Amino acid sequence: MVKYGQFEHKADIGVRGYGKTIEEAFENGAKALFEIMVNLKKIEKKKKVKIKCQAANLEELFVEWLNALLSEAGIKNLIFSDFKINKIEKENSGYALLGVAQGEKFNPTKHEPKIEAKAATYSQLEVGKKGKYYIAQTIIDV
Amino acid sequence: MELKDLKKISDYQWEVPVTGEMLVPGRIFGDESLVEAMDDKVKEQVSNVACLPGVIKASLAMPDAHWGYGFCIGGVAAMDSESGVISVGGVGFDSGCGVRTLKTNLTLDDVKPKIKELIDLLFKVVPVGLGSRGKIILSPQEADELFREGARWVIKKGYGIEDDLEYIEDKGFLDGAEPAYVSETAKKREKGQVGTLGSGNHYLEVQYIDKIFDQDSAEKFGLFKNQILVSIHCGSRALGHQIGTDYLKILADASRKYGIKIKDRELVCAPIKSSEGKKYAMANLCALNYSYANRQVISHLTRNCFEKIFPGVKVKTFWDLTHNSARWEEHEINKELKIVLVHRKGSTRAFGPNRKELPLKYRDVGQPVIVGGTMGTYSFILRGTSLGMELAFGSACHGAGRSMSRIQAKKKWYGEKLIKELEVKGIYSRTASFSGFAEEAPGAYKDIAQVIEAVHNAGLAKKVVRMRPLGVIKG
Repeated sequence: MVKYGQFEHKADIGVRGYGKTIEEAFENGAKALFEIMVNLKKIEKKKKVKIKCQAANLEELFVEWLNALLSEAGIKNLIFSDFKINKIEKENSGYALLGVAQGEKFNPTKHEPKIEAKAATYSQLEVGKKGKYYIAQTIIDV
Repeated sequence: MELKDLKKISDYQWEVPVTGEMLVPGRIFGDESLVEAMDDKVKEQVSNVACLPGVIKASLAMPDAHWGYGFCIGGVAAMDSESGVISVGGVGFDSGCGVRTLKTNLTLDDVKPKIKELIDLLFKVVPVGLGSRGKIILSPQEADELFREGARWVIKKGYGIEDDLEYIEDKGFLDGAEPAYVSETAKKREKGQVGTLGSGNHYLEVQYIDKIFDQDSAEKFGLFKNQILVSIHCGSRALGHQIGTDYLKILADASRKYGIKIKDRELVCAPIKSSEGKKYAMANLCALNYSYANRQVISHLTRNCFEKIFPGVKVKTFWDLTHNSARWEEHEINKELKIVLVHRKGSTRAFGPNRKELPLKYRDVGQPVIVGGTMGTYSFILRGTSLGMELAFGSACHGAGRSMSRIQAKKKWYGEKLIKELEVKGIYSRTASFSGFAEEAPGAYKDIAQVIEAVHNAGLAKKVVRMRPLGVIKG
């Protein structure tokens, strides 16, 4: 199974994660996001950061998740390559997740920097089951 | 886009007729072939914006328009101050992104022999690329002051000269910015980023004027043939990205709360008069002010580099503009002067002559409109017109517009090879990322000359000069 990928957009880049569960699709979507910025294979798992977010629906939760990762990476000057979400919980006002991202301090000589991702947008945003697998996708403003 | 679905107003103006829930028509500027080549999504996005509450006269798209999120890139809409809304989709995630152009008293002959030395020094001094940080670390109080006072604050701290302010839109800062409405996350992400270029399509380019279209206006702008200019394209960095991100969520909730029917999730918005709308507007002004400060610091660093290599050189600010903004402006609506909120997403403000916002030296010419082309072709300076004020709230295009996706561009070009090809053409470049450089290949963009002709012939702005690149640095 292909785990993640990028898709075409005229000005920016689309990211898509696949998974046997929604959680796995979100985790793989995050890999596609960080692949825009660096070579994921060059990142070692030296630091761990907890991510908590909630939103009114699953689609907006996916955008929240990606944007929370970008914020954490930006603030702490980290770059992530590995993601884990325990479980997406249904709450009264929507959905919530608790996740963990792993990576290390950003090092331009080691990580083969590409371009900066500014934000995950609501454009072409989709979360759901397609055939056997779940997908989570959106456009990243770069 | 199918021309048969549009009503032809003139050779350069096409109307999207009112259908369904559209409150006003759409209007797309461009010649037949430009409009035909536009994605169908542009028409859809123009129509969606035409459904927003309080939209005035028409929802517009400039000749470089392409598929964006919410608004198309190149989209313009003015909103009524009472019934209108403010939307993240009309500003984007890089509020204040724009261009600063510096003019020098040097000519092509002065700089050509030293271009490598100059570009290498600029590349060393100006922080570029993913995760780059500058030398200015703001305390929380200083950050708030900078958010409120923009370029004026950094000039007070020694990053520039008073004369720079006169030639920045809004004189370098907008009143009403409120740092209290900027999240702690945004403030933390800002750390060390003022005076950094970023990546993607952001650049610093040393250029020379190779063609003059309007001698009289060029003289009034202080521009001459073979003159060396520097153009700096960048925005509000992570601060602006985070403000956009934060308010995307806040306005998504607000759209539900106020029951605003939106056609596209990315058009989430809040009434201008609501608490959410007011907060976003005030936070967004912080990002706009930050972008003016950012380009000011880079201009200062650039000036220092020039002075080192060309002692005694004069480097003045020619003009600084933003092409992602939501600002209050006075416009004539149905023969009445009104203050309206103009969203421009990838569109340059292009005020015509005699506007009080323009510096006295440019007032009878019109606002300079700087349009950045690709690193292998050319850029243009135009001037705003009175007709543009009537047609488009004083707006014009902002660039060439992409014709090929980043993924396709990377398959077609390699950064290292492209740098060599440009060097053969006399353009020396440095980059922090070869793959990022390949994505910006000149061939991945539309022909800027065609876009400029359309802007000129539609009367939105008039051509003054054309610049060719001599040296480029990219993130």
